[in-house]
Amino acid sequence: MKSAPQRQRVIVTLLVLLHGIVLVGGFVAPYDPVRQDRDRPYAPPAGIHFADGQGKFHLRPFVYAQRLREGSFDQYEDDHSKLIPLKFFVSGASYRLLGVIPAKVHLFGADEETANLLGTDGYGRDLFSRIIHGGQISLFAGLLAAGVSLLVGTIVGSASGYLGGWTDSIAMRLAELCLALPWLYLLFGVRAFLPLLVSPVKAFLIVVTTIGVLGWARPARLVRGVALSAKERDFVRAAQGFGASNSYILRRHILPQTKSVILTQAAILIPQYILAEVTLSFLGLGIPEPAPSWGNLLSSLQQYSVLSSYWWMYLPAMAMVPFFFGYLALSSTLQEGRRAAKIDS
Amino acid sequence: MRYLLRRFLHAAILLAGASVLAFLFTSLAPGNYFDEMRLNPQISSETLRALKAHYDIDKPLAVRYAVWLKSLANGEMGYSFAYNAPVEPLLLVRARNTLLLTITSTLLAWFIALPLGVWSAQYSGRWVDRVVTGASALLLVIPDIALGLGLLIFAVRTRWLPTGGMVSVGSEAMPFAAQWWDLLRHMILPVAILVLGAQPVLVRHVRSAVAEALEEGFVRAAAAHGIPRRRLLWRYALRAAANPLISLFGFSIGVLLSGSLLVEVITSWPGLGPFLLEAILARDLYVVIGGVLLSTVFLVGGNFIADVLLFWADPRIRTE
Repeated sequence: MKSAPQRQRVIVTLLVLLHGIVLVGGFVAPYDPVRQDRDRPYAPPAGIHFADGQGKFHLRPFVYAQRLREGSFDQYEDDHSKLIPLKFFVSGASYRLLGVIPAKVHLFGADEETANLLGTDGYGRDLFSRIIHGGQISLFAGLLAAGVSLLVGTIVGSASGYLGGWTDSIAMRLAELCLALPWLYLLFGVRAFLPLLVSPVKAFLIVVTTIGVLGWARPARLVRGVALSAKERDFVRAAQGFGASNSYILRRHILPQTKSVILTQAAILIPQYILAEVTLSFLGLGIPEPAPSWGNLLSSLQQYSVLSSYWWMYLPAMAMVPFFFGYLALSSTLQEGRRAAKIDS
Repeated sequence: MRYLLRRFLHAAILLAGASVLAFLFTSLAPGNYFDEMRLNPQISSETLRALKAHYDIDKPLAVRYAVWLKSLANGEMGYSFAYNAPVEPLLLVRARNTLLLTITSTLLAWFIALPLGVWSAQYSGRWVDRVVTGASALLLVIPDIALGLGLLIFAVRTRWLPTGGMVSVGSEAMPFAAQWWDLLRHMILPVAILVLGAQPVLVRHVRSAVAEALEEGFVRAAAAHGIPRRRLLWRYALRAAANPLISLFGFSIGVLLSGSLLVEVITSWPGLGPFLLEAILARDLYVVIGGVLLSTVFLVGGNFIADVLLFWADPRIRTE
């Protein structure tokens, strides 16, 4: 068993790695996520091979070309006579690295034919590329929404804890009200009154702000608790005695003390909000096609035929699991750390 | 009794606040059900204006709220534009189905989580505990939507379970017992998704609460007195651990209610979830408000039940 700080470092490294892969998604993904190939709908994942049919070993991994089975329109079979070697650092579709730097080089790819490692969707779009790019949108939405929640929660919570009085009562009654509503229903209800048919960018902003703003109550309550105890500390009193202004004390003395609460909340809220975006997009209330998000990638599974025939359309759901694992492990070590700190002091 | 009365009042105030909040949100909304009709050249602007006046959506917010309150008293909860009927009867049918799902899965989830949690607290650190905590950690990492779709694919592939709706086609013609059997078979999949999704959180809390209680002095004293192990666990430790668990019970109802929203859509269970989704896409204002509020009623009701249970279980609250 490793010690808590060590474990924390391992988990943070894992999370940074995972996010790093998604962050440079344009490079990792071999194809443009919206490029369609109408001749290859629902192509199954192409297996990576090293040895061909004659038992000959190839140093360079390859996939077999796929051709439609005779008399079918969605059943493919491997063409064993045609090998597609996979190459690293090939140049392909242009993209913008980190959203700014124009680039053409991809981590891997094939020269002429397309190699769909995780298959294609109904429009023949490369599922692997869509999962990576969808991750960019879903993760960014979760992170941004958590940021909004924590920002609003911290401002309201610290002000309400520090100032007390009627500010405090009003804010806390409101928080109680927000927590009393079942939040997915609330999210739906609010989403209902915002425009439905909008551009992906606008939809993204709508989703992020709705999720973020609706989640302010829990962080606000926790931050308030910290602020309540913080304002009784001697150095805060001393600062008050020296005539420091409220905003100065809040900024310099109260907010730094809320850091660990906010970090723990972030680790809890981010996966929850990623899931909220996924749910909304899955149900058609979030990020619209053709932009990929983990949610709308899964929404094709609402059709029975896809569900029963094309299992690889389920893979986007699996992509979420390592991220959730990272965040949950992080939040539990953070909570442990806080408990230990409490016992020490 | 004053405690219960206070909790009841609290719940009532929360509900009133929620309804005001819901109306506030609607007033912020751009557009309404009739906006799309405006594009239709066959509908004159006079007709539109008359329609809006008929449904009172041209009035200011306070007036609309008052009208809605009045219709709530009449058992209507406003009027659905899409169904051209009062909202409440429409909602109640769906709400019954949602409740069937939520109550069954809440009870089942606790029925499974209690023994598992107590068991793993008892054998803390041994292999039973490791299996239970490991399995719940694994379940915790898999998001609900992945779990639901995964089980759905499993059911579709194996054809062991019906995967859509609440009853089979032509179930009305079946004999009574067969009808129930049919309903039960349809419930297995959604209930399984909900129970598995809620399981890890419940098991964790039960385990930590019981483990904490087992450390208490009076439990050790009872053990030293030779009270049998089983009695010690279920009568002494679990009772001492009851308070946080009862609060969690109220909370778990809310989690399962929100969870069932998604599960209902996935398994096409005719509950509040799909109905609400349909209303959102059609901008059916009062149905959305009604759906959100009804779910709030369930959640607040669940918490009130937890308060009553707490009153019953904890003598300290009764003497307060």
